[in-house]
Amino acid sequence: MSAPATRLSAGEAWTVLESVPDPEIPVISVIELGIVRKLEMLDDGVRVTVTPTYSGCPATELIADSIREALVAAGAGQVEVVTRLAPAWTTDWLTDETKEKLRAWGIAPPSGTAAAGAARPLSFVPPAPACPRCGARDTVRLSEFGSTACKALYRCRACREPFDYFKPI
Amino acid sequence: MTASPEHLEYVLRIGDNALVLGQRLSEWCGHAPVLEEDLALANMALDLIGQSRLLLTHVGRLEGRGRDEDALAFLRPEAHFRNLTLCELPNADFAHTMLRNFLFSAFQVALWERLAESADTELAAIAAKSLKEARYHVRHAGDWVIRLGDGSAESHTRAQAALDYLWPYTTELFAPTPADAAVAAAAVGPAWSELEPDWAALVAPVLDEATLGVPARTPLRSYGKFGRHSEHLGHLLAEMQYLQRTYPGARW
Repeated sequence: MSAPATRLSAGEAWTVLESVPDPEIPVISVIELGIVRKLEMLDDGVRVTVTPTYSGCPATELIADSIREALVAAGAGQVEVVTRLAPAWTTDWLTDETKEKLRAWGIAPPSGTAAAGAARPLSFVPPAPACPRCGARDTVRLSEFGSTACKALYRCRACREPFDYFKPI
Repeated sequence: MTASPEHLEYVLRIGDNALVLGQRLSEWCGHAPVLEEDLALANMALDLIGQSRLLLTHVGRLEGRGRDEDALAFLRPEAHFRNLTLCELPNADFAHTMLRNFLFSAFQVALWERLAESADTELAAIAAKSLKEARYHVRHAGDWVIRLGDGSAESHTRAQAALDYLWPYTTELFAPTPADAAVAAAAVGPAWSELEPDWAALVAPVLDEATLGVPARTPLRSYGKFGRHSEHLGHLLAEMQYLQRTYPGARW
């Protein structure tokens, strides 16, 4: 018995991926996160190339499973998810629209580019992100590491609320 | 690509550094002085263990003997580990952990920057990715080194004691090894002895701002990367490898 052939077009497969959410930030998809690097239509299915956000991100394997399940459920046939490291993921790939979704969800989006922080790793003080709740600029960093590897923890001095900041890397 | 024994040992060394320090940092989980630092240490442990998974997987493929990341992490005896002694030293107080993270992650930054140009393209890709993480680690630890060193009398005393204790182990970072020359000649990576100026350029200004006295260089007295470890690594591995040693091949 041969493997079921894919019934999806590349465009349809891409649309399916646009509905696969990041497990930690469900308002953005794996496409918006920028981790899907390539989609190939094969004779009997689909191959998706993804890149991890952080080396130790525990969500990486869960995301690969979610991608596989969503495409199989949509009739993609055999789904292969492969990992590619280069070029390394960067928050520069987030679009302005995605950043606005993060902000509306309560996470301050990355400010500035990844390169700005890389040039002088020790003395670089990132510009304080605006509070995603009240918009005030008077915010202070509580910790370089927040609830997940990709976020730092800040507090707004105006509305006194703590918030996550999506770190530029 | 086919890899020389020196190439394998070189990548293994980098992977073992990340694995062993990742294991040490994970011991802080639930024990850090404040919740934010508990999260930070667990996050950095995850980054390091993630890096080690990529590196050990790469070693296994280069070696071509069918060993995967798990076989390399859980089924090698102590003498086959090539990590720096610095990475295996037991945790002490928070100052000790921050000073070690600072000295080590500055070394990682210097190494990853050079390895991003490696002729081994998989190693170069791992380096470009890990460099971003190491920069966060060195900034986090550097902040704490300054806060503790230039803090209260108590925190300064502890930070200085930690630096005095750890500093002799940094000689090993830059000690020449037979493998390094071959690896450098093949453009796989720099001899670690070349990295000291880059490392010192990151480390010295922070220690100065932290008002910490930098001890004099001491002769080589620790040999972890040559496979001769302190008594501490065996205990660490006994815990880390317990499950696979007791129930070989167990999966869940």
